[in-house]
Amino acid sequence: MHHTHTEMAGLPVWSQILLALPFLILALLYIWGLMVSSGKGRSWPVWRTCFWILGCVLAFTAVAGPLADQAHHDFYVHMMTHLLLGMLAPLLMVLAAPIMLLLRALPVTAARKVSGILKWRVFHVLTDPFVASLMNMGALWVLYTTPLYSGMHESPALHVLVHAHVFIAGYVFTASMISKDPMPNRPSYFYRSVALVLALASHGILSKYLYANPPAGVPAAEAEAGGMLMFYGGDIVDGVIVFLLLRQWYHAARPKPYKSPQPVTG
Amino acid sequence: MREVNYSGNLWSGVLFGLGAIAFFDEVVFHQLLRWHHFYDLATTDIGLISDGLFHAFSWFATIGGLFWFADLRRKKSLYLKRWWGGVLTGAGAFQLYDGLIQHKVMRIHQIRYVENVLVYDIIWNVTAALMIAAGVYLLYKTRSGNRRASGAV
Repeated sequence: MHHTHTEMAGLPVWSQILLALPFLILALLYIWGLMVSSGKGRSWPVWRTCFWILGCVLAFTAVAGPLADQAHHDFYVHMMTHLLLGMLAPLLMVLAAPIMLLLRALPVTAARKVSGILKWRVFHVLTDPFVASLMNMGALWVLYTTPLYSGMHESPALHVLVHAHVFIAGYVFTASMISKDPMPNRPSYFYRSVALVLALASHGILSKYLYANPPAGVPAAEAEAGGMLMFYGGDIVDGVIVFLLLRQWYHAARPKPYKSPQPVTG
Repeated sequence: MREVNYSGNLWSGVLFGLGAIAFFDEVVFHQLLRWHHFYDLATTDIGLISDGLFHAFSWFATIGGLFWFADLRRKKSLYLKRWWGGVLTGAGAFQLYDGLIQHKVMRIHQIRYVENVLVYDIIWNVTAALMIAAGVYLLYKTRSGNRRASGAV
């Protein structure tokens, strides 16, 4: 558990637990929701459950254990864990439609209360694709171009805050683009597409910027490897998001006679 | 009753053409041949930003152009000749922009780092011009007023 590093402090166990525990709870909650919902006789695709569990596992390994420890010292590994925590795990978990499952599992009155909360203006603003992109990409720019990156390695509290933000912002961003979960006043596909292209561009620009301008304390070779991983890894995940967004658009734009009624959730 | 969607076929082709040629450029010249990379000179932030925006747009456009193609097919309003006109025009326009603005005006990178780069420049930009010419010719032949003459649909 304890690494003998001279230049940087290791990752304290409490901060690993604080970051990893929520994903364990989320995995268990999902299974609970699945059991209650299927107890009511409603089917739920197996792949959604697999995606959720896999997403939780990937996020877990990114914030606790040997990979997270290694990420604390090596920028390339750091970038790997950030791709897992900020992009791949959120994508898998958004596809698992957790809110839909929650609304199915809860008793009717509680489900109404939850969907009432989801209509709060604050969620409406935060899930706007442009706001979500700004929260997601803006934070990454701040993290890597200010002393925040080295500060994160000295203060475990900052480490926890940054990692929590990376996951939540990644999740909200992905959800704002392709979530099938109920969401009031979803913006048009065109609006989402423009936001997505700009966010994608920002990610690519930042990864090339990091290639040439390593964050403080990061050796040039690590910054180059990390920047390239960020660029290509980001492209793969973003390509999937683009594909899914356009596929939803394609289905939504199907010729009128074949349009099926909206499925009712609840 | 089938209806040809003239602008749909044009823009779906342009989108796909832009995306496909940018993808081709990146895979063949950047990664396989390693003749050049985008960050070769790194003199201007504008170059970096324009590249990022272009890459994001072309990545989106490749997938988007094909979904649009599928949509035209589904609606039975595909006009393949016009679609190809769009593809060639879009691909040629990107290659010409790359060859003139990015290579020569902004000087972000050159096609290849050899003494007689002029030969490469000429081939690059002439190919681009030929693609545009072929694309525009197809678009002209398939314009909406010309439907019967070109045997639309």
